[in-house]
Amino acid sequence: MTHWIIAPVVLPAMLAAILVLVARFHISLQRTLSVAGTVVLLGIAAGLFWQASDGTISVYQLGHWQAPFGIVLVADRLSTLMVLVTAVLAPLVLLYAIGSGWDTRGRHFHPLYQFQLMGIMGAFLTGDVFNLFVFFEVLLIASYGLMVHAGGAERLRAGTQYVLYNLLGSTLFLFALGTIYAQTGTLNMADLAERVATLDLADNAGIRVAAVLLLLVFAVKAAILPLHFWLPASYAEAPAPVAALFAIMTKVGAYGIIRIYTLVFPPDLALTQGLFDTWLMPAALLTLALGMIGVLGARRIDKLVAFSVIGSMGMLLSAVAVFTPDGIVAALYYAIHSTFATAALFLLVDVLRDRRGKAGAWLNDAVPVAGGPLVAGMFFVAAIGMTGLPPLSGFVGKLLILDAARDSALVWWVWGTVLIGSLIAVVGFSRAGSQIFWRSHQVALVQADTAECEDEEANIADLSPPQPALPMVAIGSLIALLVALTIFAGPVTRNLSATAAQLFAPEPYISAVLSMPGKVIKSDSYGDDHADDATKQTDEGGH
Amino acid sequence: MELLIASAIGVLTAAGIYMVLRQRTFSVIIGTSLLSYAVNVFLFASGRLTVNAPPVLRDGVDVYADPLPQALVLTAIVISFGMTAVVVIMALGSYLSAGDDLVDVPDPHADIPQAPQTLRGEAVE
Repeated sequence: MTHWIIAPVVLPAMLAAILVLVARFHISLQRTLSVAGTVVLLGIAAGLFWQASDGTISVYQLGHWQAPFGIVLVADRLSTLMVLVTAVLAPLVLLYAIGSGWDTRGRHFHPLYQFQLMGIMGAFLTGDVFNLFVFFEVLLIASYGLMVHAGGAERLRAGTQYVLYNLLGSTLFLFALGTIYAQTGTLNMADLAERVATLDLADNAGIRVAAVLLLLVFAVKAAILPLHFWLPASYAEAPAPVAALFAIMTKVGAYGIIRIYTLVFPPDLALTQGLFDTWLMPAALLTLALGMIGVLGARRIDKLVAFSVIGSMGMLLSAVAVFTPDGIVAALYYAIHSTFATAALFLLVDVLRDRRGKAGAWLNDAVPVAGGPLVAGMFFVAAIGMTGLPPLSGFVGKLLILDAARDSALVWWVWGTVLIGSLIAVVGFSRAGSQIFWRSHQVALVQADTAECEDEEANIADLSPPQPALPMVAIGSLIALLVALTIFAGPVTRNLSATAAQLFAPEPYISAVLSMPGKVIKSDSYGDDHADDATKQTDEGGH
Repeated sequence: MELLIASAIGVLTAAGIYMVLRQRTFSVIIGTSLLSYAVNVFLFASGRLTVNAPPVLRDGVDVYADPLPQALVLTAIVISFGMTAVVVIMALGSYLSAGDDLVDVPDPHADIPQAPQTLRGEAVE
């Protein structure tokens, strides 16, 4: 049964290989396999989540090597939760990609999508920091391909920028890992936790440097203020389904922060004192402010949504930076909420870009959108979710964040920034919505008056093409998830409280990982050169 | 030897950062390559510097070379090699389609709509 833990990594990897080797010229076969794969993945993720929901921590040893020597995958509450969120998002976004035809606008969409899923799942499940780096690279290299899917000058330009920025992030990650290894001699998270706790504050400047470097790496992924520059252009230019899937990628950075800084560098550790109060909290609040101001200032709807992603990451990380169990509960709830809200908004933006003809994503006067009421209604609901107005889950999440921040030293700063930021976001979103959905009717009337039948013809022509239902089903399901997250806020937060409690009591995690016996090398071949070489090679192969 | 390795890492990193801050993708890619060389040497040195030492633990051996950083650096070399290849191709594509190899995304917002096709990325030649 323990082999299920690696299934979320192996399944997309194998499927991607099959897709690219066997089904590369058959789009319908690719679609079928890809959807089937993500549905099975959802089943596996739900199973893992159920398995971890009673507090068991399952460990999977790759190659059956014991923990500090081999790589382990660990399925605890937090990992399985993030895996489940990804697995819920994946089929919906895939449905949109199929329904809107995005997967046919370039080659290899489906294999890259599966590789991306493999990287994300692996990053959530691994219990080894170097392996985390490797899975980051897997998800990044797939995202490079997806980012420039369908090509185009501006997209390639934004893509190059995105790749270069992330290459620098990867280099920084390696520097951090090298420092950690030089200081502690291990890269297994549980083993690290034990060893870091015994380190002496005086002569271990190196491990402090490593802790800060690692935080910077995750800050790049999570787009925290001085390191957010890659996000607006990349998300706005990326194909819509890809941008929607990227909604989970910023959460990978947040996951990294939560995982490493509860397990390896816990908040009461003297070595990393002040990292959160002094640095992360102000950075998160500034990120929040910047994102919301960006929402107000954006002149294109896709840029607007991209900035709202930055704002929501600021919101999420200000809850993380409080670093109490309550803060983590709030952060996780908000992370789930903002993943679905962002994905829904990016998909809606694509629908708008598609149907507004020449006006595209620009917030300017244009003719009404085809299928206006439905699209407008969905945009309205998703915007309510994103900006955190009642009654949707964004509001619940924000309440949790405000409540968690009450004991923080910076409480008034948090409250002020969150509330004013939300207000600005509400203004930004309502301006965009009324420009696109209401002003357009005025424009249509004026146009119909001045120019005669020709323009009117154009107006009607824009409305006429039949709209496929599948994209709307995908967006509708995402919005339904937001509603469900609101209705079941009670059970969800109870589950998240248990998750946070598990994170703040890491001893079971450490003992589960380190005490699990691995394979034994027979003592008669020990000392023999060949046996030694063989073990060494397997170890290397594992990395 | 420590001085040599440390200064090599330092010089590579400094040169890499200088190149990364430049404006054209070509220099930036050279910069990221230099940085990845620096980090490879750094990873290699993170297992401590030893000469003529056996690679694995054995009874009665005090000085040994740590094999793990060597495995790590192999992984890092492969990954950075692949990533550099990807970024070269993407930069080339961006150069050919946009006509220049500047890194920053130009501000196309100066005056409202361009052809929507270029925004959505279809049929751009």
